[in-house]
Amino acid sequence: MIVQALAFYLFAAIAIASGAMVISSRNPVHSVLFLILAFFNAAGLFVLMGAEFLAMILVVVYVGAVAVMFMFVVMMLDINFAELRQGFLRYLPIGGLVGLILLAELLIILAGWQLAPAATQSEMLAVTPPPGEMSNTMALGQLIYTHYINLFQAAGIILLIAMIGAIVLTHRRRPGVRRQDIGRQLQRRPADTIEVRKIPTGKGL
Amino acid sequence: MVEFWSVWIWPTVWIVIKIVAIVLPLLLAVAYLTFAERKVIAAMHRRKGPNVVGPFGLLQPMADGLKLFLKETVIPTGANRAVFVIAPMITFILALVAWAVIPFGQMSDGTPMVLADINVGILYLFAISSLGVYGIIMAGWASNSKYAFLGGIRSAAQMVSYEVSIGFVIITVLLCVGSLNLSRIVEAQAGPWGLFHWFAFPLMPMAVIFFVSGLAETNRHPFDLPEAEAELVSGYNVEYSAMAFALFFLGEYANMILMSAMTSVLFLGGWLPPFNIAPFTWIPGPIWFILKIAACLFVFLWVRATLPRYRYDQLMRLGWKVFLPVSLAAVVIVAGALITFGWMPARAG
Repeated sequence: MIVQALAFYLFAAIAIASGAMVISSRNPVHSVLFLILAFFNAAGLFVLMGAEFLAMILVVVYVGAVAVMFMFVVMMLDINFAELRQGFLRYLPIGGLVGLILLAELLIILAGWQLAPAATQSEMLAVTPPPGEMSNTMALGQLIYTHYINLFQAAGIILLIAMIGAIVLTHRRRPGVRRQDIGRQLQRRPADTIEVRKIPTGKGL
Repeated sequence: MVEFWSVWIWPTVWIVIKIVAIVLPLLLAVAYLTFAERKVIAAMHRRKGPNVVGPFGLLQPMADGLKLFLKETVIPTGANRAVFVIAPMITFILALVAWAVIPFGQMSDGTPMVLADINVGILYLFAISSLGVYGIIMAGWASNSKYAFLGGIRSAAQMVSYEVSIGFVIITVLLCVGSLNLSRIVEAQAGPWGLFHWFAFPLMPMAVIFFVSGLAETNRHPFDLPEAEAELVSGYNVEYSAMAFALFFLGEYANMILMSAMTSVLFLGGWLPPFNIAPFTWIPGPIWFILKIAACLFVFLWVRATLPRYRYDQLMRLGWKVFLPVSLAAVVIVAGALITFGWMPARAG
């Protein structure tokens, strides 16, 4: 137990510290690296809670794919980040407001959970398999593909639309670019492209 | 006090012993893999390869290591020092931590011989291999050099692309096993007919796609565009010297061994013998596992000696237009076949 508590405080402290570094470090690439560290520690917290599947998916999806894209954007785009920082005080009230709203919502949920656990849990308990009976990969799969199938499908369709939208927005067909068409290359036969002629000695073609 | 020792100290010591027992042979294997690579490629070129240091040149990796160790570590003036130093460490550490979940064999009581027998073993491996891109992209960026940066960017794009098809190939295997635990995956390939139960046979095209994607994931030939010497000098590690370079080098070779181990576990039956008859079953499981890894590694080297480097657009085409649709279709076909013929695995865990 004491090791778990120590590990929790370690992960939580590093996650909060790196979260603070994300917004305070001068170099945007350092910000992304600290963001990755924060994701990683969040995955550690998931493991401590016994949600190993979520932890691994968090690392695979967020650290392995999403953060790489962040990194690409930050490294490739030529943004003057010093200039972006100029408006810090101007945006502070809006940012603070958003933070406050999120905090209030979290507090409401937690308070409701503490005061009336039955009200929030009756819905969930009806479908959630009891913990310890099956691994959480299987439990998640059973929930997603039975009780939440419509939401799951809707999420998939939204992602598909987003993907197609991104392709439509960025795809352009430039004329005059020579492309490799492997099918055509493989279909070429010697008879189509070369012609062997017998050239008599001493005469040209 | 006695309880303190039995609850805290001894388990910790025991785990450390197990870690050392995995990491030391691994590092030795990495050193001799570089030697084997030079010897095998030399044989394919009809040369002799390293043969001066020690008998048959066997001490060559030690001499190389000593040379790299004694060299001066140079940090370029324009480099981002912290990131520059951390990048090779990340590459090397990630190549080692992945071995925590690889099962080497089976004890006599049926439990797997593994450091951490976790339920989501294959996802852990997938997560660690998807982190490997950071060492390279950080090195490329922190070097503050055009060539290193281009190499890092190329490598990141390549690894992210091929990870997708690796993920789908892993899903086809998981469908046939019904568990994410690596020992269960190996056990699912056991059967009276020996090697015909290995997933390499029923899932043949997937095994090939996995291995080729593994070549791309480890930045090996013919997909070694990140360090294409002809265009990028040496890619992401061009500014590195001495031990920092050695860590990248060792990390790359450790990743090759890891990818071979993953291929063995997923498709070649891990520690299982190829035939269930007497002389084969006498050989212990870990030996079979090592032999299978060695066979995969030989193919890695063979490919390097044989094939020319892909052009970058061809590399991306292969990943996104060939492997991704084929592996996606395979997931649907395998799932459909399992349902249709009632071959769904029993509910494991």
